[in-house]
Amino acid sequence: MKGRPESVSPEVEQRPVVLAIDDLTHYFESLRAVYDFSVTLKQGELVGLIGPNGAGKTTIFNLVTGVYLPTEGRVHYDGVELIGLPSHEVIQMGIARTFQNIRLFANLTVLDNVRIAFHPHAGYGLLDSVLRLRRFHDKEAEMVEQCQELLGIFGLEERQNDIAGSLPYGLQRRLEIARALATRPRLLLLDEPAAGMNPQEIDQLMELIHFIRDHFHLTIFLVEHRMRLVMNICEWITVMDFGEIIARGTPAEVRNDPGVIEAYLGRQAIR
Amino acid sequence: MLQRLRGSSTYVLLGAVLVFVVVQVLLSLGAINDYWRGILFWGAAITMVSLGLNLIYGFNGQFSLGQYGFYAIGAYASADVTYRWVHSDPGGLVVVIGGCALALLLLLGVSALLRRFYGVSTLAKFVFSLLATVLGFFLAVRVLNPVVGPPLYAFLQSLPAVVVQQVVFFLALLGGATLAGIISYLFGIPVLELGSDYFGIATLGFTIIIKVLADNTDTLLPFPEMKGARGMVGIPPWTTWPWVFLAFIFVVLLMRNVLHSSTGRAIVSVREDERAARLMGINVTSYKVLAFVLGSFVAGLAGGIRAHDLAFLHPQNFNFIKSFDPLIIVVFGGLGSMTGTIFAGFAWILLLEGVLRLYLPEGFETWRFVVYPLILLVMMLLRPQGLMGKYEIPFLRQRLPEPRKKAEQTAEEVVA
Repeated sequence: MKGRPESVSPEVEQRPVVLAIDDLTHYFESLRAVYDFSVTLKQGELVGLIGPNGAGKTTIFNLVTGVYLPTEGRVHYDGVELIGLPSHEVIQMGIARTFQNIRLFANLTVLDNVRIAFHPHAGYGLLDSVLRLRRFHDKEAEMVEQCQELLGIFGLEERQNDIAGSLPYGLQRRLEIARALATRPRLLLLDEPAAGMNPQEIDQLMELIHFIRDHFHLTIFLVEHRMRLVMNICEWITVMDFGEIIARGTPAEVRNDPGVIEAYLGRQAIR
Repeated sequence: MLQRLRGSSTYVLLGAVLVFVVVQVLLSLGAINDYWRGILFWGAAITMVSLGLNLIYGFNGQFSLGQYGFYAIGAYASADVTYRWVHSDPGGLVVVIGGCALALLLLLGVSALLRRFYGVSTLAKFVFSLLATVLGFFLAVRVLNPVVGPPLYAFLQSLPAVVVQQVVFFLALLGGATLAGIISYLFGIPVLELGSDYFGIATLGFTIIIKVLADNTDTLLPFPEMKGARGMVGIPPWTTWPWVFLAFIFVVLLMRNVLHSSTGRAIVSVREDERAARLMGINVTSYKVLAFVLGSFVAGLAGGIRAHDLAFLHPQNFNFIKSFDPLIIVVFGGLGSMTGTIFAGFAWILLLEGVLRLYLPEGFETWRFVVYPLILLVMMLLRPQGLMGKYEIPFLRQRLPEPRKKAEQTAEEVVA
């Protein structure tokens, strides 16, 4: 099948397709950022996308979530075409993402960060809140409860009323994932979740990612260039360099691929 | 309902009633003369405009200089309704209220229709919305007015005069505010796509256009009773303390209830980080428009209140230089602080039109335009975050939910 390695177990191949990226190409002016990129994710998979800095990994996420309009190519989520939809509609369909450079609402409280992401599911409208109808109070309490539950999972419950920007770095990373999950996604795009973390924090993060995948029944697509994380948790990996796919396979296959070693370590490393 | 009114809310409610009663008694006894009553009402009106701007600029991050334009629209529209009414013409009432209602219905229809298409350009949306609005008002003038006008007038005349006056005044205020809201919607669709600074320039242009139109109401526009640059006289002075009080409380509660809800958090998220908000599923454009329309609606309401207090409207009152007043008030009080805006709004009028005008030596009245910039300068040097910063009195503050008692097990414990 297109956009998948051959070494995936047949059981997984039976599952429905969640995200299908077909022949995606994107130019920034005359600079080719992504060329002929295809990936197909099946339900419940945890797939990695790696590559050196500037390979075009984050651009892929931006193309999927409607930040940029691709020059060419198709993206389908659950069989629905995503290209051309505005970002907020893409997100409301069930795709959530985090950011490489943390983009929390730094001046707002931890709880408000999560509640903002929860907004499309608030269940009450402007009239309810202006007149403070019963529905406002009920739904608002319900929302707070669900957000607190989410924060509890990430160990942020006690800090719910702290200003998000005042959290330590590691917790800000966690809050970003919590906020992304508040949009109630089925597909989670994680953009370098381990950036700036030490090996111990990365181990914790790996457990957390496994946990949320099972707990929220997610499909996860992960951009990373920290090998430790990717090699340990991803079921299979796509490697890109200069906007093109150079390898695809299980972590073990990718690790020994000469093209990948060249891209990461330079031509001398192969000799 | 009642058990929800606990703590600070109760005090604020009691305080509000107390203020209302005391001012009413003082007005009745004549302890507050017409001059100070004017200052009070003016302060309330300008504070309402500023609260609207605070929603747009302080909470949504969109730099608007157009609020005086919407203030003018509300003032002229509601004044036209009551002026015509006291001259036995129900046309103003029918056209403004009926036209607004029809236009709102058509606009809802247009936006529901356009939502079914992908990739509708902003300009197309603007054109369709403009056509819908024009059609609504055209129908109100040509169809609704001749059909509904006479029987409505006959019906209202059969009621006691005091009641009719209040009903017409209420509808005039509502109509003026709604008209301001509709026009801000039309203006906001294309212009809010721009970045905040460009939006500021565009709204400045809007204020100038409105002023020029007000200068030419009797020539370019078909409203001879507004008398263009000579100024509109003969507006019934129907603004009373209860109306001012009710409108003011309405505006404060509207702002508070909107901001401390999911909608309000969506509005604030746009200010914080537009791209992140969009990627959390927030329809950024629609919340910019919403904040802009709400803020302008409130400005229109304030315009109606002011017009019927002053009983005289002159285009020079809506000069674009004036449109900086709400901006100064909002920044002076503290961006994103309703308490600060309310305080600064009243202080502004009290200082500029009350204290300084009265107590500067004779012949030195114009010196107040030297004194207040100096105050502003010192203020910005000492407290750049504004008088109140982000402080809110407890009533206007968002109540932080209690953390849950029993901590759920964290992911680590589950995994371990």
